[in-house]
Amino acid sequence: MGVYIVRRLLWLPFLLLIVSFITFTLGFYGPGDPAEVRLGTRATPEAVAQQRKQMGLDRPFLVQYGDYVWRALHSDLGESYSFRGRTVWELVEPKLIVSAQLMGAALLISLLIGIPLGLLAAIKQGTWIDTALVSFALFFNALPVFLTAPFLVLVFVLRLHLFPASGWYGLFHPAIVLPLLVLSLPEVAVYVRYTRASALEVVSQDYVRTARSKGLPEFVVQTRHVLRNALIPIITTAGLSLAGLVSGAVIIELLFGIPGVGNLALTAVSQRDYPVVMGTTLMGATAFVVANLIADILYAVADPRIRYR
Amino acid sequence: MATTPAEQSLGVKPAQNRGLWAIAARRLLRRPKAVIAIALLAILYASGIFANVIAPYDYNHQDVTQVRQAPSTQHLLGTDYIGRDIFSRLVFSMRTSLILTVVSVITGTLLIGLILGLLAGYYGRWVDTLISRVGEVFMAFPHIFLMIIIAATIRPRVLDMIRNFEDSTGITGLVRWGIVDYLVVFGALAAFSWVGMARLVRGQILYLKETQFVDAARASGASVWRIMVVHLLPNALPPIIVAVSLGFGSVAAAEATLSFLGIGIQPPIPSLGRMIGEGQNLTILRNQPWIILPPVIVLMVIIFAWNLLGDALNDVLNPRTR
Repeated sequence: MGVYIVRRLLWLPFLLLIVSFITFTLGFYGPGDPAEVRLGTRATPEAVAQQRKQMGLDRPFLVQYGDYVWRALHSDLGESYSFRGRTVWELVEPKLIVSAQLMGAALLISLLIGIPLGLLAAIKQGTWIDTALVSFALFFNALPVFLTAPFLVLVFVLRLHLFPASGWYGLFHPAIVLPLLVLSLPEVAVYVRYTRASALEVVSQDYVRTARSKGLPEFVVQTRHVLRNALIPIITTAGLSLAGLVSGAVIIELLFGIPGVGNLALTAVSQRDYPVVMGTTLMGATAFVVANLIADILYAVADPRIRYR
Repeated sequence: MATTPAEQSLGVKPAQNRGLWAIAARRLLRRPKAVIAIALLAILYASGIFANVIAPYDYNHQDVTQVRQAPSTQHLLGTDYIGRDIFSRLVFSMRTSLILTVVSVITGTLLIGLILGLLAGYYGRWVDTLISRVGEVFMAFPHIFLMIIIAATIRPRVLDMIRNFEDSTGITGLVRWGIVDYLVVFGALAAFSWVGMARLVRGQILYLKETQFVDAARASGASVWRIMVVHLLPNALPPIIVAVSLGFGSVAAAEATLSFLGIGIQPPIPSLGRMIGEGQNLTILRNQPWIILPPVIVLMVIIFAWNLLGDALNDVLNPRTR
């Protein structure tokens, strides 16, 4: 177990190195001249050349990349091209907190709603409740958030006037309800599907039959024997679902005017602000890998049958 | 062959000479949800294919005297902010979506994913390690960032390439036709969509190559190619078919997301994502909902139908996982 964690952690820097190399290459050969971005379009060619030299952009590709990695190792992700004099970290940090709150709350909500609904569907397998829940899950599976948002905004903002249309006022303000709802719906669908499948798998196990045949009340069988075992695979699903959550959050932030990392990254891409693009991508990749590592460890803790090599 | 009385009285033929796939297809068509899904997809994609016949107007025809008109007999779904017919744009957008999803799923998901998964599963060792690690890297990228970066950075390169190609060969109209957009979006979609498929195929092959019928094939001198194509692939197909069906839905969603963000399909080529992106503001939602709701609903139906079909296929092909 310990060896496994160490091996996974050792793989992380390599992974980040590759991710950064790909992003750096795409940015290097991509459109836009950072020096021009910095100086504006009306700068003279001489001034741009001077600026390029100053920013070290006239050096060979690999030297620039090596330099970037070296600085990143010293926790310096560089300066933004378009926001003069602001470091990437200064720009990202406040947005990171906003995005983390948004995604954390959405994850919590989708787990709290999705798992009980999935269990309900499994217990009521074959009834109309099951059919309704499965249909719900199929409908919202992989549904981009910008499709659900217009309907909810139309009803709750424009007709019922319940919530403001956009803005960020912290996690405990009515304005957060719609973004969270829109972001959570596809995730709820994922957990309903996986919990249902997992519970149905467990129900057919021998130990559940044993529990029933020794006369345990159905409630005890369902909670102690089915639920606890059915939840184990959900841990892995939760780790993997982070990718979908990130994609959803980027668009939610755009739609509802929430100042998060996604919004920052979108702006940075359109302004060719590559240091910011790289910073946000690397943070996203780190978060994803670490989350999946934590999920794998929790999985092993929750299920003693799992042995990692 | 004699038929049993029960079969005669029901008027059905005996199930003879019917292969596994024919049985599966029959079972599939007996499921209402499969029929609904296939019907929805057939209607939507057929209107995309025959867009030039169905559409009453050119998708780019602007009529400045008819701006933001509500649905009427003249304009079935109304007009947008520069007087273009929404219905015509909608059917042409379905064509765009159809082309991109089919090309991306077949070449990206299916071809690349299948081949890499086969290689990783069959050869194991360093081939497996290499392919699995590369897959892990692509999985570690937040998909949306990878797609955005690829779409935003490779577009000018692709544009240059196509222009040079046009100049050197004398073929014209590729750029105007939007081939650049297709290549860019396809590149961004294919970059991540192969990973899941490769993993699925690899897992299947790892299990199948230990089976006795593969041993038997190898013992009787079958070539590696023959073992893969004749013995391994057909047996690995059921979960692959389900994944492809679900893949169509998610690729259609990803394509729309890119265009929605303004980095996928560029105007004047119509796309569902672009139409939604242009209509995505409160004023339009409040006063002209017909501008944004039709593409939203069509895209919802496309994604739902693929999910539904995938689910029905799963019931039929993998009965154990029901």
